[in-house]
Amino acid sequence: MKRLFDWIIERFIFLCGILAVIFVALIFLFLLREGVSFFGSYSPIKFVGGIYWYPTSDPPQFGIISLIVGSLFVTVLAACLAIPLGVATALFIAEIAPRWLKDVLKTVIELLAAIPSVVIGFIGMVTLVPLVRQALNLPTGLSAFSGALMLGFMALPTIVTISEDAIRTVPWSYKEGAIALGATRWQTMYRIILPAALPGILGAVMLGVGRVIGETMAVMMITGNAAHIPGSVFDPVRTMTATIAAEMGETVRGSPHYEALFAIGLVLFVITFIVNFTADTFLRKARR
Amino acid sequence: MTAAARLAITTIVSAGFFFSSCAERTGAKAPDGADKAGSRTVQVIGSDTMVNLVQAWAEAFGALHPELILSIRGGGSGAGLAALINGSCDVAMTSRPISEKETGEAEANGINPREWTVALDGLIVIVNPANPVSNVTLDQLRDIFLARVRDWSELGGNGGKIVILSRESSSGTYLFFKEHVLRRGNSKNKDEFSPEALLMPSSQAIVNEVSQNPHAVGYVGLGYLSPRLKALAVAKNPHSPYVAPSIAHVTDDSYPISRPLFYYTNGNPTGAAREFIEFALSPTGQEIVVKTDFVPMERP
Repeated sequence: MKRLFDWIIERFIFLCGILAVIFVALIFLFLLREGVSFFGSYSPIKFVGGIYWYPTSDPPQFGIISLIVGSLFVTVLAACLAIPLGVATALFIAEIAPRWLKDVLKTVIELLAAIPSVVIGFIGMVTLVPLVRQALNLPTGLSAFSGALMLGFMALPTIVTISEDAIRTVPWSYKEGAIALGATRWQTMYRIILPAALPGILGAVMLGVGRVIGETMAVMMITGNAAHIPGSVFDPVRTMTATIAAEMGETVRGSPHYEALFAIGLVLFVITFIVNFTADTFLRKARR
Repeated sequence: MTAAARLAITTIVSAGFFFSSCAERTGAKAPDGADKAGSRTVQVIGSDTMVNLVQAWAEAFGALHPELILSIRGGGSGAGLAALINGSCDVAMTSRPISEKETGEAEANGINPREWTVALDGLIVIVNPANPVSNVTLDQLRDIFLARVRDWSELGGNGGKIVILSRESSSGTYLFFKEHVLRRGNSKNKDEFSPEALLMPSSQAIVNEVSQNPHAVGYVGLGYLSPRLKALAVAKNPHSPYVAPSIAHVTDDSYPISRPLFYYTNGNPTGAAREFIEFALSPTGQEIVVKTDFVPMERP
């Protein structure tokens, strides 16, 4: 009886484990099926290299280069803001903060991750966008910069939590050795702990970036959605995710526009896959 | 729920009915059986802009007459008129009047198109109340949205880059503005909104940005006018007067960015189709016009 129970539980857990793999495979297959048929009627070169995105015109134009550039602008800028801040926060929590402050900070940062992105988007639209316009004297605050500020904020919890874990797993003896040799606290952190924790921190950064590039709701509300190659980070941009979200609701199923949106999804999936794969490689290296 | 569900189903299967009802009607105009079967269903095909409005009418009308089958399909004004000419729909909904060519084709097919104006559609161009620009001509509007005019100083404003706000490209409002203002109804004109235009996810998002940004300009339905916004008065050409948008000015056709929305039927319809049209023109029907952000024929 006990053995049967064991067997059932084992199978059940196996099923749960394999389910995630099945889902990812199915999603990829579905994206592939809907997206690839698009390239039968529209050349992939014109799709990836085209500048103009006029999906409902006659004839339609499906050039996504401005969307890719838009996504990259927002993501890179958000990463530039979130990485130094996130790693510094993690160092502070792991190495400097007294116990009670450590607990408070960790809880609050984890809480930050729980705020829905539509709420962050709304707050950004109402407070940050007018502020950015006035402070920087821009024509409009709906820009890549505002979007990146908000997204950097959203990537922060992922980067802080995982970096902090990585820093804490640096063996105690490394630190003792450095301090015994007369290194100051900052020298120990900068020269010993950070390099030792680097693979883990890189993994944290990649996961944070993955979150940023896939974010939809907040960017749609803040970045202005102009399908135009931006001249600077203070120009409005349109990201791939926002394009899919904004247009999917009103396309005719099976139309070229519908398939084009799936093709964008495919491009996005490939990009996030690369980011996550890189993150995974670093994390594995960190464990060794 | 039942009305909505039935509508959804009939909308899906209407493609199948399309050919059967076509054969039925062209084959026999006189026999009683066909006429009876025809009068229990109403097929409406045409303008995508009007689909939401006619769908709302159909839901309310269907609640009063659950025995009727109403099927509403988009596809464009041209598709609607083509279906009417082929005798394959009862009512064509269009956002433009029938062309002479189509009238000729209809007469050749023994169809006598009758026009019903069922609602009006008006768009306002909005700026921030702090923006000193109050009047524009249609040409200036076109140049703004094509980004040929890039600075407010060129329009007599305070200076500063014009921030163009538009709706998403799948929106009917986007199409109307493009066809009516950017292309002036000329189907050969291929002008598009400037790629620098910010495509906002909703009319409300346009209103929010305009109400806090003195450089922004956008277009929304008449129903969105509020004290936080300033609607520009528009002139058809440099010699005509600037007309401020209002329901009255849309109704008397003096405001240039407006258009009537039509139904076309074959002669005088009978049975369910006639009741459906009369419902649209009734006070209840015209209230639905207001709710779906169009302009009613007269003040309700």
